[in-house]
Amino acid sequence: MAENQIEYIYKEENLRTSEPNFFKEKDLQAGEMVINLGPQHPSTHGVLRLEVLTDGEIIKDVVPHMGYLHRCFEKHAEKLPYNQIIPFVDRMDYMAAMNSEHIYAMGVEKMLGIEGTIPKRIEYIRVLVAELNRIASHFVAIGTYAMDIGAFTPFLWLMRDREHINRMLEWVSGARMLYNYIWVGGLFYDLPVGFEERCTDFVNYLKPKLLELQKLVIDNKIFIERTANVGILPLDLAINYGVSGPCLRGSGLKYDLRKVDQYSIYPELDFDIPIGEGKVGTKGDCWDRNYVRVQECHESIKIIEQCVVKLLGEHKRTRDFDPQALAPKKIRPKAMDFYIRGESPKGELGFFFRSTGTYDVPARVHGRSPCLINLSVLPEISKGVMLADLIAIFGSLDVVMGEIDR
Amino acid sequence: MTFQEISDILKSTIGDHFTTDEKQVLQPQLIVPADKLKATCLQLHTNPLLYFDFLSSITGLDNGVEKGTFEVLYHIYSIPFDHHIIIKVLVDRQNPQIDSVTDIWKGANWQEREIYDMFGITIHGHPDLRRILLPEDWQGFPLRKDYQVQEYYHGIKVENQENNG
Repeated sequence: MAENQIEYIYKEENLRTSEPNFFKEKDLQAGEMVINLGPQHPSTHGVLRLEVLTDGEIIKDVVPHMGYLHRCFEKHAEKLPYNQIIPFVDRMDYMAAMNSEHIYAMGVEKMLGIEGTIPKRIEYIRVLVAELNRIASHFVAIGTYAMDIGAFTPFLWLMRDREHINRMLEWVSGARMLYNYIWVGGLFYDLPVGFEERCTDFVNYLKPKLLELQKLVIDNKIFIERTANVGILPLDLAINYGVSGPCLRGSGLKYDLRKVDQYSIYPELDFDIPIGEGKVGTKGDCWDRNYVRVQECHESIKIIEQCVVKLLGEHKRTRDFDPQALAPKKIRPKAMDFYIRGESPKGELGFFFRSTGTYDVPARVHGRSPCLINLSVLPEISKGVMLADLIAIFGSLDVVMGEIDR
Repeated sequence: MTFQEISDILKSTIGDHFTTDEKQVLQPQLIVPADKLKATCLQLHTNPLLYFDFLSSITGLDNGVEKGTFEVLYHIYSIPFDHHIIIKVLVDRQNPQIDSVTDIWKGANWQEREIYDMFGITIHGHPDLRRILLPEDWQGFPLRKDYQVQEYYHGIKVENQENNG
């Protein structure tokens, strides 16, 4: 490449905005005002720009502008073999990379037709790390939500507890957030010696902390006053919008893909699906969504305990166990289209694959991002609320911009 | 309900416009002509026997310049009956347009915007058809197979590894 190549040309027209406002100044009526929230606002959880049309403090309309974190996942995936896409999948929902990896690997295994041959120990390890990561993701969701609406302590407490999970997963995979641990047909490595015992210790540590969290945030009078009856998402609207995960369950539907699709070893495990019941306000309000998240942490702990028992007993560590043994050297599924979905902490994470059958690289990979579709309900449920409530409603949807923009 | 039963109901109500792709064994697809898409989706949503209330995903696909078609796939699911259907629509590459299903499933709104953003397929009847992930003044549609990156964007050189070696 020539060194004197021109990198920037100055022109007057280059100073135009690349993402102009949806509401034009000349169309505004008397009393209306456009407020721009983000993309660098801390309570937009990353880089999201909300263009808010207000009348005084009442919101008339919200237009989200996305794409500031677009990293061309789907374009990259057209050029890479199946196993090399996994690091990109990690970076979609960086708060819960294990869950994304699990669903992705499961999809490719089903295309290859090897999903029945995966040893049980591998499946239990996958579910164990995925549920640990689910707790971490919910902790960030609740912690940042509490901070958004003005409580700082829960954030610090939850970050402290999440740190334990991060360190455990670092011990497993070598990375704190973006693991590349679950491979197609296997795992990067077996669990380190002593991990199961440490899981037991951690669960015993976390149980009282969760009760403490319940008292500090969920049952707190101030928190209830702030979130009950705010941002009500009716169930029929939620389904029509395709909302999934804790947001859908907060509206009162017992719908969890771990139970519905019975994938991996979830049918062998015993856990409940918590739903929002409108205990302190209306069903489907911000409080219900956060209540569901805290209850899901309890359920994840139940799953972790059962996995640890299995990993120490029935499927215990053996000297000749190699988690990479079944990982195919050449991943070349037959020509087909395949859609796989699974329950990530945010909702229904889906991957669409098209394989040509003659090439190691997929012709197309599409990620169905739960955050994108959960966020699309925001303009609908925040019409007519106060400006301060917009932050409360947006935070309760728990979106991660890495997954929206991909 | 199996795929066969669902497609039989659709054939008896809308007429026999549908074909299936024999190659798709694991997840059968129903190929619908573009002008019948809206009627099919409406039937899927409103028929009490089918009751497809949850639109999972909309995916766009480019088959390349030689075949001259785009594909749009709708993965639709029914929560009460726990059955799936995959609708596939072939769109002409020269004049790509398709009907919007936003007034049936509101969740289609942003996913259709993404299809427009990435493939340049015009979506008729969409309430707010703008680019969603890329900036509004970006040129070209990146997920097309014949996409060429623009050389300069706002006077800034766009890095393209393929051209630079």
